[in-house]
Amino acid sequence: MKILFVGGGMGGTIAANNVARRLSKEIRSGKVEITMLSATDQHWYQPGLLYVAFGKMALTDICRDQSSLLEPGIKFFVDPVEEFELKQNQVRTKAGVVHSYDMLVIATGCEAVYDEVPGLKESSETPYTRDGAVAMFKKLRDFEGGKVAVVVGVPHKCPIAPIEITFMLHEFFEKRGIRDKVQLQYTYPIARIHNIENIAKWAIPEFERMEVDYETFFNMKEVDVDNKIVHSEEGTEKEFDLLVTVPPHRGLQVIEDNNLGEAGWIPTDRYSLMMNDQDNVFALGDTTNLPISKTGSTAHFESEVIGENIASLYRTGTATREYDGKVYCFIEADRGRATNACFNYIDPPEIKAPTKSMHMLKMSYNQWYWSSARGLL
Amino acid sequence: MPEEKIVDARDTFCPGPLMELISFMKRAEIGDQLELLSTDEGSANDVPEWISKVGHELVSNEKIDDVWHIKVRKAK
Repeated sequence: MKILFVGGGMGGTIAANNVARRLSKEIRSGKVEITMLSATDQHWYQPGLLYVAFGKMALTDICRDQSSLLEPGIKFFVDPVEEFELKQNQVRTKAGVVHSYDMLVIATGCEAVYDEVPGLKESSETPYTRDGAVAMFKKLRDFEGGKVAVVVGVPHKCPIAPIEITFMLHEFFEKRGIRDKVQLQYTYPIARIHNIENIAKWAIPEFERMEVDYETFFNMKEVDVDNKIVHSEEGTEKEFDLLVTVPPHRGLQVIEDNNLGEAGWIPTDRYSLMMNDQDNVFALGDTTNLPISKTGSTAHFESEVIGENIASLYRTGTATREYDGKVYCFIEADRGRATNACFNYIDPPEIKAPTKSMHMLKMSYNQWYWSSARGLL
Repeated sequence: MPEEKIVDARDTFCPGPLMELISFMKRAEIGDQLELLSTDEGSANDVPEWISKVGHELVSNEKIDDVWHIKVRKAK
């Protein structure tokens, strides 16, 4: 049996390692072959970019060689897929190589896009890209005061990030001794300050304590670069001296080019994680069109389901697990504290008061991540 | 030719029904219609409020067997 993983991010890597361990004997005997195709030989711990943007981690802290994270027996090629030929059970790569498969896992992820909001790219700082995170730290370090606006595109990955960014901006400027010179303004696209009601309820008094102004129903329309004003679809505007954005995201162009999913999001069954109308193609993580959080945590828990099911399908012809929508997010607050949110399709998160121990756990996880990617945690 | 789509945002908390709707509206053509399915009670008020603020059209908004069916049309 040939199992092909397209994409070597968090989801693809955890899932491939999971399958490789479950079917290690079959791989050694040559009955099973696992191949991974990726666009890069590097593996980035994307949540670490938030810490890079605040000068708490370096880019070198959040990158490893992809091949070092993979189980022995996984064939790894840096050669991105350009054509998905699902009817023939094969893909064609940039180098022109054809890889056939019996089971395919698509984990190509998503990426920030700026073209939907004129003026945004040249006006804003962001922790969502590597260059952006480094540039954001330099801007924050040199900022002497004024209006700081946080603006959020839709859809975006890591839905908790807008809240965390705001806490971390407050703490950063407080430590620099210029918080009284900074007017911190938070905006959010929907009717409350976070899409999860319990997080919004928890965050409002925290924002009021930190003297963070907030405006809801604010969807970026365009940025007046010269006058430093963000205009919203709702007809309001925000002036800024420093603009921090969570940019809009899209699935990868190769997904759309191959007619696998509108805007690069693959239509996926929320329980089986099987691509709609396919019986041997899984999609996971940011790649799916599921109306759930696009986070590494989602990809992680989905990967475990897919790994178990691929092994089970190979051995018995039947999948054994369904994804229950589980997501676990750390939420960084200020004063060296953090809290967390754990939820699934049925149960909403209950948010507890932030603690220093939870922050320490998050900082530890930033180091443990590499074990997580290997599928050991 | 305007399209009609259904977005099933039942039993999800994050990013939530309205965020799903906003994503759809960004991609849609004028005249396209979306039926949003939501089990979030807040959607019944939040979605019409946003539709009104931005200037799209609320076609219908009804609760059937604990699920809100909210139909909207992109107007601009």
